[in-house]
Amino acid sequence: MSTDAAPIVDRSAPSPAGPFLQVKDLRVHFPTDDGVVKSVDGLSFSVERGQTLGIVGESGSGKSVTSLSIMGLHPPGTAEISGQVVLNGDNLVGASAEHIRRLRGKDMAMIFQDPLSAMHPYYTVGHQIIEAYRIHNRVSKQVARKHAIDMLDRVGIPQPKSRVDDYPHQFSGGMRQRAMIAMALSCDPELLIADEPTTALDVTVQAQILDLIRDLQQEFNSAVIIITHDLGVVAELADDILVMYAGRSVEYASAHEIFTAPLHPYTWGLLGSMPRLDRERTERLKPIQGAPPSLINVPTGCPFHPRCTYAELTAGASETERPELVEISPRHHVACHLSAPDRQRVWENDIKPSL
Amino acid sequence: MLTYIIRRLIGAVILLFIVSAVVFSIFFLVPRIGGATPDDLASRYVGKSAGVEQIHQTAVKLGFTDPIYVQYGRFAKGIVVGQDYNYGPAVEHCPAPCLGYSFITQNPVLPDLLDRLPVTLSLAAGASVLWLVGGVATGVISALKRGSFLDRSSMGVALAGVSLPIFFTGLLSLSIFSYGLGWTAPGGANPMDATSPLDWAYRMLLPWITLAFLFAASYARLTRAGMLETMNEDYIRTARAKGLRERDVVIRHGLRAALTPILTIFGLDLGLLLGGAILTETTFSLPGLGQYAVQAITNNDLPKVLGVTLLGAVFIIFANLIVDLLYAVVDPRVRTK
Repeated sequence: MSTDAAPIVDRSAPSPAGPFLQVKDLRVHFPTDDGVVKSVDGLSFSVERGQTLGIVGESGSGKSVTSLSIMGLHPPGTAEISGQVVLNGDNLVGASAEHIRRLRGKDMAMIFQDPLSAMHPYYTVGHQIIEAYRIHNRVSKQVARKHAIDMLDRVGIPQPKSRVDDYPHQFSGGMRQRAMIAMALSCDPELLIADEPTTALDVTVQAQILDLIRDLQQEFNSAVIIITHDLGVVAELADDILVMYAGRSVEYASAHEIFTAPLHPYTWGLLGSMPRLDRERTERLKPIQGAPPSLINVPTGCPFHPRCTYAELTAGASETERPELVEISPRHHVACHLSAPDRQRVWENDIKPSL
Repeated sequence: MLTYIIRRLIGAVILLFIVSAVVFSIFFLVPRIGGATPDDLASRYVGKSAGVEQIHQTAVKLGFTDPIYVQYGRFAKGIVVGQDYNYGPAVEHCPAPCLGYSFITQNPVLPDLLDRLPVTLSLAAGASVLWLVGGVATGVISALKRGSFLDRSSMGVALAGVSLPIFFTGLLSLSIFSYGLGWTAPGGANPMDATSPLDWAYRMLLPWITLAFLFAASYARLTRAGMLETMNEDYIRTARAKGLRERDVVIRHGLRAALTPILTIFGLDLGLLLGGAILTETTFSLPGLGQYAVQAITNNDLPKVLGVTLLGAVFIIFANLIVDLLYAVVDPRVRTK
């Protein structure tokens, strides 16, 4: 789980025009009969080209909603979106639907969790890639078909010339996800969002797909956002990791920092509940107690405090006051009331030895 | 695929055989079980003044005294090779496929049916296009504008469409549009007398609309339900994520998937309709198969009723077959299994 590989883009020197993708104070609220669901509530992050951001969190923490808002895929009228999503200097929040549609697929593309349900069962894999390519490129069907075969070849589908005419149900799970990636990358997008790309796949296939995403990212030099609940996935791929809880960012740092010096109790919990081969087998996994909160009635103060073992160390602050995301050390942000000495003590004594 | 078709065709023939046997029994066996003698059956085919002896002779001549399976065998044989009917003054030959011979009007049934089929075909062809296009379009729009005034009002109209009987909507529209406003042809306009395609459409317009209204209603509801389901599928999100125009997302991805079950119902409805649209044809006095059946029933002309029923069964069985075959064309997942 080393992240020592040289970064393709030097993170410390973002381009003068600002980062390639910058999300600032993004809020996505869904008004319902029961109240406003605050799926995403003040989220900020940025990604450079050639760089990978991992967004990690439990189900219902707002990861997928975030990605769908970047892509502008929430049906009109359902979500109230505010804040900024700046892609290449272009603010997408409030932009016209037609403008975002033209960017979708071409400048930003997305890979979904379950490739069987995400591909249309009635069209061949080739047809769906050709369709994606021809939306943004005025080329003949023959040229697009050749491109589709090239793409299938590139993502490692054997005999792409004949498989191009197969239907999704004739592909295996891993092959379908490869085809999905081929479709997403058919127009050379600069931003690729992968929403749980390996969740529906066999463990043996997961690693192949992650390798493929990494290889293609280096080839296309695109910015990648990987959304997952599995820290193992982002350990493989991500340069930066954003840990989400109840629609907010609780910790945001480089992957190296997250794995070697995590600061937030929730991150500790995620790390503790990760199965590890190098751990004593007699030891049980440590699940985080309790369940994620309702996004309609988010707990007061720190939304994690009802599940947090160390909440009492903050002298009641975590129950009344919402902790802001602050930069503790360079490029390491955390939203937690624990004082530095307390945190250091807990980490050294309780957490680190058991990881 | 070819063996599948052959297997289905053989199955269709067997099914037709069974249907014909059942229908034949209903008309010729059930009365006997109910206590009717061959002479009772024959009494319908002789004059009122006929004596007992004369009636019995007719019963023998028409074969009513034979065991029921012999009678059915004769009928079945007639379908394959034709049959001679001896009704008294002369012997009439009914060529294969002989669907029976009416002793009341003294002619084979099949030519009558073929004579009237074009009227029913005219009705079914126009109405089915109208209801398919109208119903599906209404359903799609309703699903996309779910909960809107448009959705609720069109679903209200659809509810009226499925609930109101043809003889109500038909007579009402005849009185308003034909006799009141004079926009459409009056009832009883035979489409076969039309002088031009336009005249044909003019004569059929009101029956088409009335019949289509009934069917379009259920198609609109079916399409709406199907679209609401498919538009929530993951592949619709994928299509949008590709940057596809919303119109193409709806039609090429959403409707394409929602149309499959509609196709099934459409095939069956069309098959059923080809056997005669009894209410519509009666309401608009169209000389089609439905009207023929009604007249035959009123006249107690069993061979005609048997003929119409069998022809209807043929249409339904083949519509079923075609739908099943089309399914493989429409849904690739069926093809490989």
